[in-house]
Amino acid sequence: MSLYGFPLLLAERSSERAPGSSYWFPPQASTFAQDVDSLYMYIMYISAFFFVLIVVAMVWFSLKYRRRPGYEGDSTALHNNALEILWTVIPTIIVVWIFAKGVFGYMDMMTPPAATIDVNVTARKWAWTFQYPNGAISTELHVPIHKASRMRMRSEDALHAFYVPAFRCKADIVPGRVTNLWFEPILEGTFDLFCAEYCGDEHSNMITTVTVHSEEDYAKWLADAAKPPTDIEAHGLWLYERMGCKSCHSMEPNKKIVGPSFAGTFGTEQKAAGGAAILVDAGYIRESILEPQKKIRDGYQGASQMPSFQGKLKDNEILALTAFIEALKDGKLTDEELGKNEDKPADSKQ
Amino acid sequence: MSAVITQPTHSHYESNEADNFLISSKGVLSWALTLDHKRIGLMYLVGVMSAFFLAGILALVLRTELMTPDQWFLTTQQYNQVFTLHGAIMVFLFIIPSVPAALGNFLVPVMLGAKDVAFPRLNLGSFYLWVSGAIFFLSAMLYTGLDTGWTFYTPYSTQTRGPVVAATMGVFVLGFSSIFTGLNFIVTINTMRPPGMSWFKMPLFLWATYATSIIQVLATPVLGITVLLLAAERVFHIGIFDPQFNGDPVVFQHFFWFYSHPAVYIMILPGMGIISELMSVHCHKSIFGYRFIAYSSIAIALFGFLVWGHHMFTSGMAEVTTIVFSALTFTVSIPSAIKVFNWLATMYKGTVQLNTPMCYALSFIFLFTIGGLTGLWLGALSTDRHLHDTYFVVAHFHYVMVGGTLVGFLGGIFHWWPKMTGKMFNDFWGIVSCWFVFVGFNLTFLPQFVMGSRGMPRRYARYLPEFQEMHQMSTVGAYLLGLGLFIALGVLFHSLRRGKKAPPNPWGAATLEWQCASPPPYYNFETPPTVNDPYDYTPLVYRDAERGWEYVQPVTASKHVSHS
Repeated sequence: MSLYGFPLLLAERSSERAPGSSYWFPPQASTFAQDVDSLYMYIMYISAFFFVLIVVAMVWFSLKYRRRPGYEGDSTALHNNALEILWTVIPTIIVVWIFAKGVFGYMDMMTPPAATIDVNVTARKWAWTFQYPNGAISTELHVPIHKASRMRMRSEDALHAFYVPAFRCKADIVPGRVTNLWFEPILEGTFDLFCAEYCGDEHSNMITTVTVHSEEDYAKWLADAAKPPTDIEAHGLWLYERMGCKSCHSMEPNKKIVGPSFAGTFGTEQKAAGGAAILVDAGYIRESILEPQKKIRDGYQGASQMPSFQGKLKDNEILALTAFIEALKDGKLTDEELGKNEDKPADSKQ
Repeated sequence: MSAVITQPTHSHYESNEADNFLISSKGVLSWALTLDHKRIGLMYLVGVMSAFFLAGILALVLRTELMTPDQWFLTTQQYNQVFTLHGAIMVFLFIIPSVPAALGNFLVPVMLGAKDVAFPRLNLGSFYLWVSGAIFFLSAMLYTGLDTGWTFYTPYSTQTRGPVVAATMGVFVLGFSSIFTGLNFIVTINTMRPPGMSWFKMPLFLWATYATSIIQVLATPVLGITVLLLAAERVFHIGIFDPQFNGDPVVFQHFFWFYSHPAVYIMILPGMGIISELMSVHCHKSIFGYRFIAYSSIAIALFGFLVWGHHMFTSGMAEVTTIVFSALTFTVSIPSAIKVFNWLATMYKGTVQLNTPMCYALSFIFLFTIGGLTGLWLGALSTDRHLHDTYFVVAHFHYVMVGGTLVGFLGGIFHWWPKMTGKMFNDFWGIVSCWFVFVGFNLTFLPQFVMGSRGMPRRYARYLPEFQEMHQMSTVGAYLLGLGLFIALGVLFHSLRRGKKAPPNPWGAATLEWQCASPPPYYNFETPPTVNDPYDYTPLVYRDAERGWEYVQPVTASKHVSHS
């Protein structure tokens, strides 16, 4: 949307909310949702009662006792200990009750059942990676319905937070720690998964989805997701989407997200930050993956936050990425060239 | 209670126009080097209002960008810088110094019937610390653009390219300004109360200021240490907050909120103090439950130190710690509730004058009640799991800080404006400004509660289209709110040029500041004023617009009447 798009302020994309949403809440898609929502509504009723009481008293007093000719106030009502005790004790009892309800709900959220499906979650600026028990990796979360899933989450850089509104659960992901979070989905469908802790430039685009499958679909998806494509360029694309490359490197020529675009660079000569020339070849790509800070292209000094992939990518995977970048040297690729038609992983982006 | 006076104290000043503190000495240096607490207060007022103006414009920039889910005119990076600037300027340069430094400086000595604060030179020094801190902070942020959010969370703040070290040094200097102001007020209130003014005969604004000052003195050093450690971490990698060097980011959050939560009470307590004065004066009735309001200020100041952990319920604290912090958080809601109920009871059978300050005071009660009650959702652990770091939180703290502190501050400005400037403002347009602020504010932030419950995370430059309608309502509200504030500013400026001359006591208030001329002479009181009950209105009688309210009988005699 450009500045000239003012008349188009209404959403160009679909603005519909997920099926099952109510006025206040997203769909109740986990076992926590009902409990959280009912406490939310209880607090709402209590608050509404006190709020109305206060506002009605305020408005009524300011009309009834307003200054006007012939009316004289009575300034004898100045303290009343019974009243003070009353409006201290009643709110105290109510907040104790709210506190207790909150604690019980919280303990449920903090106590996973004995058997869980464990998913390793890696958060990095600004992408998610989910690794499943069978080794499959995906950028969107997939979980089965009616089974407890436990997220074992770590961050590679800044603070992030895992937040699925439809599950009513959230936990910060703290670098240097492993944070756990569990939930049991009760509704099939696809829901938003946000990063809820500010993490820099593209924080608001660190959004993915969680898909709740039936048990059979989940098993099928899991088996498919574990297989990388056989075609080397498609394998490169597959890695590009899974290893977080795509959150900083675009596939369109000259489009800078954070780092340089992958398109139209292979084989070209580029200026380095120091002024020397860099030939973008297989050697440079390998070096940039393993030691990203060694030679930085001019114009990208400010964006030099790329982590090293030493030990995270195998040699054949680096080769696949190189082949993928080479295939992009003339600009965009068609799906056919990428061999997307064969061995397409179930969750790859269309 | 000693001297019996038969003459209203303020009548002495009709002939001493030239002693008016605004014009008693002239020239830039007479202001820049002044030791007069009233001039320092006014300079603070101009300073904090400039900061407020700047950060307010930034808020409108943010709200405008959020008209569309995708980019309109700010890149994500620019958006992050703008929200950081908005938050940091509002918190460090406006809200924290607003009431204590600007109004407090002006009012504390005159409310005590004193000539000045205990340490006038320290007072001027803290003003210049504030100015230099502000310049440091602003130039650092404007030069390269800080994008850490006002909270400086690690390890993002140790990695980002922004001017974190320079900005933290600005915060460090500003912190000292705040500490010195607090120290000054504590000593002033402890040692300079006039004969007859025991603790429980102090105006409630002074109780609130005293409680605030205690927090400023005790909590701000922790912020200073935290930002120093942060700078050291960033420069020398000492390994306290950054996990790359064996530090722990959660430790930073504990340090940061150990100051910044009590700082919330630095922001709201003085606002509550203002409301206690306004409710009593404009209802023309003694404050209901004086002791309970006074004690609740102290209770809030003390409990306020123990609840910082509620900013960290999802941060990965131990479960027991989390539950303890939740329990402590609920305790702080009780004294706030007590205050609200006592303010309402003050109206009961009073004589309510619905003028501009009173309208702002009633808005405060309405908005602060929403701000306080929505804290219940966030204090309860299970609902907080869902609402933490969403727009619900954004709306909640804006209801407390803007609906509470800012609206209270505006009410206070209108209330004491005649005293500060000697001019009456146009009451009709004052009330109009209050309505715009009230309606605009609610339209801005009520939709944000709904957005938060629906799962819209905060600090998002882009958002999902399903939230667009709510965001657009919020933006329209923000413009209305902005318009209301401009009207308020216009009313005040208009009064400076065209306003009628203010009598010493236009509202019929009984606290001491209304016993000197409007504006006060540079020495405040020629003879020490007689201390009476700060909320006893029986001996005051309204003469006319020119003379305002005057004492008709000896003050001491009236006390016997009112207590018989």
